[in-house]
Amino acid sequence: MLESLQERLARVTKTLRGEGHLTEFHIDAALREIRTALLGADVSVDVVARFIERVRRQALGEEVLSSVTPAQMVTRIVHEELRMLLGEKTVDLDFKGYPAVVMMVGLQGSGKTTNAAKMACWIKEKKGLFPLLVPADTSRPAAREQLLILGEQAGIPTIDSRDMDDPEEIARKALREASIKGYQVLIFDTAGRLHIDDELMGQLQRLKGILKPKHILFVADAMTGQDAVRSAKAFHEQLDITGVVLTKLDGDARGGAALSVSEVVGRPIVFAGIGERLGDLEQFHPDRMAGRILGMGDVLTLVEKAQNAVDESKAKRLEAKMRKNRFDLEDLRDQLSSLKKMGPLKQVMEMMPGMDKMMPTGGVNEAQERQLRRMEACIDSMTPRERRHPQILNGSRKKRVAKGSGTSVEEINRLLRQYGQMRKLMKRLGKADPRQLKRQLGIG
Amino acid sequence: MAGAFVKKLKRGLFMTHTEFLEKVGETFQRTGPVEPQHLDRLETALIAADAGVELSMSLVDGLRDEIRKGRLTTTEELRPAVRRRLLELLQAAENAEPIDLSNEKPRVTLLVGVNGTGKTTTAAKLAKRRMDNGATVLLAAADTFRAAAVEQLQVWARRVGVPLIHQHQGADPAAVVYDALASAKSKGFDEVLVDTAGRLHTHSNLMKELEKVRKVASREVAGAPHEVLLVLDATTGSNGIEQAQRFGATVGVSGVVLTKLDGTAKGGVILAIADTLGLPVRWVGVGEDADDLLPFDDEDLVDALLEVEA
Repeated sequence: MLESLQERLARVTKTLRGEGHLTEFHIDAALREIRTALLGADVSVDVVARFIERVRRQALGEEVLSSVTPAQMVTRIVHEELRMLLGEKTVDLDFKGYPAVVMMVGLQGSGKTTNAAKMACWIKEKKGLFPLLVPADTSRPAAREQLLILGEQAGIPTIDSRDMDDPEEIARKALREASIKGYQVLIFDTAGRLHIDDELMGQLQRLKGILKPKHILFVADAMTGQDAVRSAKAFHEQLDITGVVLTKLDGDARGGAALSVSEVVGRPIVFAGIGERLGDLEQFHPDRMAGRILGMGDVLTLVEKAQNAVDESKAKRLEAKMRKNRFDLEDLRDQLSSLKKMGPLKQVMEMMPGMDKMMPTGGVNEAQERQLRRMEACIDSMTPRERRHPQILNGSRKKRVAKGSGTSVEEINRLLRQYGQMRKLMKRLGKADPRQLKRQLGIG
Repeated sequence: MAGAFVKKLKRGLFMTHTEFLEKVGETFQRTGPVEPQHLDRLETALIAADAGVELSMSLVDGLRDEIRKGRLTTTEELRPAVRRRLLELLQAAENAEPIDLSNEKPRVTLLVGVNGTGKTTTAAKLAKRRMDNGATVLLAAADTFRAAAVEQLQVWARRVGVPLIHQHQGADPAAVVYDALASAKSKGFDEVLVDTAGRLHTHSNLMKELEKVRKVASREVAGAPHEVLLVLDATTGSNGIEQAQRFGATVGVSGVVLTKLDGTAKGGVILAIADTLGLPVRWVGVGEDADDLLPFDDEDLVDALLEVEA
């Protein structure tokens, strides 16, 4: 199958490795690979052409430093350009207003309704504001019921517009409701449409006139191909969209659409949809996405997820232990259970630098997830003393633990071996200079 | 029917079309020897139509080969050569996966795909078509996950006048299918169309659920499911290949329904899918009305893509 963008660029930089300086020849070879990679990731043809030109100009103008390898140089330039394209920093949307109206627009099936609900949850939880959901997709059958149900699941007040067939009327009702009851944010779901449909586009414009939205968010499917540019452009020309929500990022699409849309619209991607549940929405981090594309791993997202999953005090204790190299099986168990809380192992592993290469093709399967659960069971069957001092686990203790956890002595041996390796790794990480670590990860 | 397909397609194709021409039209229209930049332009145009990098490159490489061997010399010959190659590709896929024509009753069709491609709408449209052909059809609402998916199909079922078997949201989709098949068998329905929940092919637990639906179907009716249609959004890029592959591995996809062809995207990814997986397109969705589902016609699609005069 097609290589991922990460793999392709990894290969490019590998061919550049060991070269002492950057020549036009090298740059051309690298750019050809990068072009293919970007096109393979569904970045729009025109966007790729412009991107490659910018990188070439940058690379040729760059003074060759003896301290960096050509690979690092090209990677850095590509990374910088990707970041420029994706927006330079995470945009924290401002939801102040009386109320602040957010209009969700986009093609059919891009995920407007689901993400309207997800966003309401996010605004309520992360911003502490009171949102009101407004279902106004009067064309798709049962679209309003869908948002009503999602609103109920999320505990977000939702306007019941099922007996109203005019979106403009719904808009006015929602504004009245918000001002009477004091809702701070109004999230307005619109009908999906194909951008060549003038009639529906006209309706969106009229809605914009009534709602005076603070944000018009274009919901884009991460799996979109070359058409991403055309639809984004059409919506932008008609409505002057203020931001983009990128959905279905939990799939394996390489997400070139993200680059295309950002470049064409010149507006930031503000949210990313990453799963089926209502909580599966996060702020979009352009630098992380650029890093992810370049195979640097999504360390920061991982850290953030870990922060949410790991108990603060346990994390502090772990850090102290790591520094003193006193990491024991109890800590390993905590790690395993917080790993579970962070989401499917595959997602977590993809975010770690280098892990994508260690992962078996097809990702982490359930068999491996099951194995992790068995490891946990082994540790659970040990006495506290055994967990803190694994070296006391002799033959008869192991037999007892195996019996108690429904595993085998071999499995316990394997667990201990892995624990030993982890300990060694942590020892090394504990000693590493943070700056050097960063450089190794390519983010310094 | 073919005429209607072309008309609808052309209306939508207009934008893609002009862009394709911008990139390659001049090459197609000029006379004289083929120059390297003509082929480069053709390659870019194919990529811009979502045909995929690999296919576009190999197709153009094939043309280079023909030029080297002297079988292709002038630009006038370029367009017919591309047309022939694309048609061969689509026809090979059609031959690789012939339609199951067994007379098993009820005939069971599963509609599968990622979220938001139009499975529910397609289920209703397909029911309408089958009924127009005189078959008795039963719809099964096995999308029990998405909020209000059942209600959506209910509206459609009323609209096209087809009976619907459903349970509550969150019910086991395999149980819904079991109910539908039992009902179809006892009442002698010709066809059962199963609408399933959209799922990203990367979520293995959800794919397992789909496998179970398939198992239940094959246990209840001999040879079922007779058709498994992957519903694919025409705007999908190269990820369509992964979708076809993963759904194929799980439930054995037998054909593709290309939806939303009334937008500007033309679903060039089906070329890549036909090329790598030998999977044919069966139907195309070209609008929002119940009648806007048409049988796929390979010549029309290729011609619409390559035509010089609009």
